[in-house]
Amino acid sequence: MIRAGHTTLVSLWVYLHTQPLLWLCVTLAAYVAGHILHERAGRAPVVNSVAIAVALLVALLLGTGTSYATYFEGAQFVHFLLGPATVALAVPLFRNRHVAARAVVPIAVALLAGAVTASLSAMAIARVLGASRESVLSLAAKSVTTPIAMGIAQHIGGAPSLTAVLVILTGIVGAVIATPLLNALGIRDWRARGFSVGLAAHGLGAARAFQVHDMAGTFAGLAVGLNGIATAILAPLLAEFFR
Amino acid sequence: MIVALTILLSCQLAGEIVSQALHLPVPGPVLGMVLLATLLIVRGRLPAALEQAADTLLRHLSLFFVPAAVGVISNGARIAREWVPLSVSVVVSTALAIGVTALVFRLVDRLMTRGAAR
Repeated sequence: MIRAGHTTLVSLWVYLHTQPLLWLCVTLAAYVAGHILHERAGRAPVVNSVAIAVALLVALLLGTGTSYATYFEGAQFVHFLLGPATVALAVPLFRNRHVAARAVVPIAVALLAGAVTASLSAMAIARVLGASRESVLSLAAKSVTTPIAMGIAQHIGGAPSLTAVLVILTGIVGAVIATPLLNALGIRDWRARGFSVGLAAHGLGAARAFQVHDMAGTFAGLAVGLNGIATAILAPLLAEFFR
Repeated sequence: MIVALTILLSCQLAGEIVSQALHLPVPGPVLGMVLLATLLIVRGRLPAALEQAADTLLRHLSLFFVPAAVGVISNGARIAREWVPLSVSVVVSTALAIGVTALVFRLVDRLMTRGAAR
């Protein structure tokens, strides 16, 4: 009887294992778990829901011997939503068009300075510390949101899947260090604070900025979109130095 | 909701088509964002359903990063080999980017305000 039950369980696993539904559900459940822990920790940026979800999922995939390709069959439905979500950034941009229009010169200059710093310093530091060529190029777009960053990495000869990981890491680091760093620099303007975090740490930085202050969040969202465009144009040029 | 999703996906599709056809370095969704922002500014108002759909997507933006980040398991060997340069680069360059951006923003904003006051 137990034997029969075990066999049923194994065949159920064999069936579900290859179905997109299982890995779609597991991805959502892991994120919900991460989100609950994040809330329990008083929304501390160090207790990051993405990092928790990824750790849980990696442990589960390794534990069950599931390949990333099999996992992605299900997870692709979540991944796909990055595209429309990027388009949706036009909405907060439109809502805050008047505030943004008044600060157009500081925005343009800070965007150029920040986009070059983020991309060039990442590649230069990795090169000096002996990273491989492909890894160096994978860092070029680490400050922009995942779908854009993966597209850029593909274009300039980096590894898109490595870039995706570096982008998330950058987002978590940015969300954690932004507040103490900006306080130390004596930056009190919410527009400058938000813009810098969104530029350097994309959507994860913007999510953090919205928690702190609405104006900071607005400028962070603006920076995410603008730096996506700026880096898509600048990274292929800057990458020439590291080929 | 369906109309709003259709608008978002159509902008993305138009962006993809332009990006591919003209061999632009800018990915399709970013061009889609520029297109939607342009359409909204030209029209001068934001449909409530579109605003609701966009805000829902953006509220859960970090969820959509999860499947790509799980790709860390396909890069295990490389990360084990190069974790020092990769992590130092990410931490230092992110701090530099935040600092430079914020300081330049403040500097230019002050210069502009002083210029306007004169």
